[in-house]
Amino acid sequence: MSILKHMLAAAVGAAALAGLSASASAQTIGFSQVGSESDWRTAFSADMKAEAEKRGIKLQFSDAQQKEENQLKAVRSFIAQKVDAIIIAPVVVTGWDQVLKEAQAAKIPVFIADRAVESDPSLFVTRIAADFNLEGRLAGAWLAQASKGNCNIVELQGTVGSAPAIERKKGFEAVISLFPNMKIVKSQSGNFTTSGGKEVMESFIKATDGLKDVCAVWAHNDNMMLGAIQAMKEAGLKPGKDVLTVSVDGVPDIFKAMLAGESDASVELKSDIGKYIYDVVQGYLKGKHDYPKWVLIPSDLHTPADAAEMLKKKGG
Amino acid sequence: MGEEDMNERYMPLAATIVVFLAIYAFGAAAYNNFLSTLVFGDLLTDNAFVIIAAIGATFVILSGGIDLSVGSMIGFVSVAMAALDAQGWHPLLSALLLVSFGAVFGGAMGALIDACDIQPFILTLAAMFLLRGLCFVITLDSLPINHPFVAAFSDWRIPLPGDGRLSASALLMLAALAAGIVLAHFTRFGANVYAIGGDRNSARLMGAPIRRTMIQVYGLGGFYGALAGVAYAFYTGSGYPLAAVGVELDAIAAVVLGGTLLTGGVGYVAGTLFGGLIQGTIQTLITFDGRLTSWWTKIVIGALLFFFITAQRSIMRSTALMRHPA
Repeated sequence: MSILKHMLAAAVGAAALAGLSASASAQTIGFSQVGSESDWRTAFSADMKAEAEKRGIKLQFSDAQQKEENQLKAVRSFIAQKVDAIIIAPVVVTGWDQVLKEAQAAKIPVFIADRAVESDPSLFVTRIAADFNLEGRLAGAWLAQASKGNCNIVELQGTVGSAPAIERKKGFEAVISLFPNMKIVKSQSGNFTTSGGKEVMESFIKATDGLKDVCAVWAHNDNMMLGAIQAMKEAGLKPGKDVLTVSVDGVPDIFKAMLAGESDASVELKSDIGKYIYDVVQGYLKGKHDYPKWVLIPSDLHTPADAAEMLKKKGG
Repeated sequence: MGEEDMNERYMPLAATIVVFLAIYAFGAAAYNNFLSTLVFGDLLTDNAFVIIAAIGATFVILSGGIDLSVGSMIGFVSVAMAALDAQGWHPLLSALLLVSFGAVFGGAMGALIDACDIQPFILTLAAMFLLRGLCFVITLDSLPINHPFVAAFSDWRIPLPGDGRLSASALLMLAALAAGIVLAHFTRFGANVYAIGGDRNSARLMGAPIRRTMIQVYGLGGFYGALAGVAYAFYTGSGYPLAAVGVELDAIAAVVLGGTLLTGGVGYVAGTLFGGLIQGTIQTLITFDGRLTSWWTKIVIGALLFFFITAQRSIMRSTALMRHPA
């Protein structure tokens, strides 16, 4: 029996890691985050936590580790906990109807942050997000101007099937299709990660004989671009000089790369968006119910000209 | 077989159930609203597909093997269901086709493992890559399954007292579990699996049909893997090529936490249910807490696994010593 006792003790000890019971008085909001796959994502998570604290919100934060099934479980746990509102930053666009119906049945309002969902719009209050398509258009417009409309482009796509990957690609293509001498010559997914970007870039470098006739690298996020920059440097190329780079996110490291002359432009996807999101959530909980189905978070493009300033702002 | 011996055999299963109850009791004591039929019903629903896959994995592990292709099988089946849905197939028809495919695919793996004497680890690793690759050949995007049957399936539930419910997925899982228990403990096939996993050479000498049983074991693993894929597709109402990455490891963890020995021959299918529920409960606890990063789920499960394996090892040692005192 002693083994049983040990097991019991271990179980209680393990569960004790989960901490003590929490009070239920303050406004409680459950937030299911995609994961911590990029610097932007972790900055976004940190801002959500900091902003919640500032506003006296009790935030139930759950990292889905980039898995839809974890996210569905987290949302169901939030419903069971009877939180006041649920914010979902979805991993994928599909598969949400059932759990959203359950939240609606429990009379808990759901807000979608960042990526979109393919679901009956009556099942959630609104989506609070930047426009991925606009980000792609901004990147394309910058590149069209920087290359004077003549450019062979290699593209590092985000996670296959994810909304930012689909929309940034569409927006970018919409702009470059206006220029007959601009085209994407290679395109592959780097899964939004630095290592993925590096790996794909290495294969691009091999396939194009050292980026011969390639004028620009376009990455759906900065992390992949940072990997690509590393791959280009290792292949003896000069990113930012031999090849133009444009990506999306505006993480501190991309501004550092700009200051080192290795990166040319990044569309900032603001990570300090907790204020935009909580404004809507708290407004709704106070009784304002006439939000549009998409509350837009603005985005800007940055270049080496304001990289130092941006880096300081991001605390890099 | 003495009474003492029986106690030793049931020990890992009993330990698993005690750990599950202890973790659950902790949650009930520490968090508001944890002790509700809603949480318990969700636990069964949300973990149904992992547990279904783990039941199949239990047979494979009982036979002394391993199947790493389960997660990819789930992804493949979910994507294939969605693709067939887009072609106008009824989900039940495509489920039937894909579950048969899973059984045949698994059976072929079993035949190859036995005929060519290949390490199950390597062969099923190859199958894992193959099936995951096929997902991306079918689609790069996440695809919805729009057939009204899928929505009806996930809407259907038996209300439990309180605000909980027993969903169709949970019932599917419980039915799969019941079938697994019958197969393992009340059939000749089950006896052969235990015999081969315990000691393959003696099993051969005693006339157990090795080849046939290996084909059946991996076929059953493939069947349960594909069934888990169907459950996953119904659960999310979609197919996603990156779905269930790494679930084969969750399934193996559920089997080991359930008290089945990785070396084969010892264990209970029912334990796997509790192994899966332990993982799910830890995840729920950490979400309920809301302050710890969800990665603690992995840390706690890792610690529990480590503990179970060492505890099993010492039980095995002491049993062996009692039988053959040095």
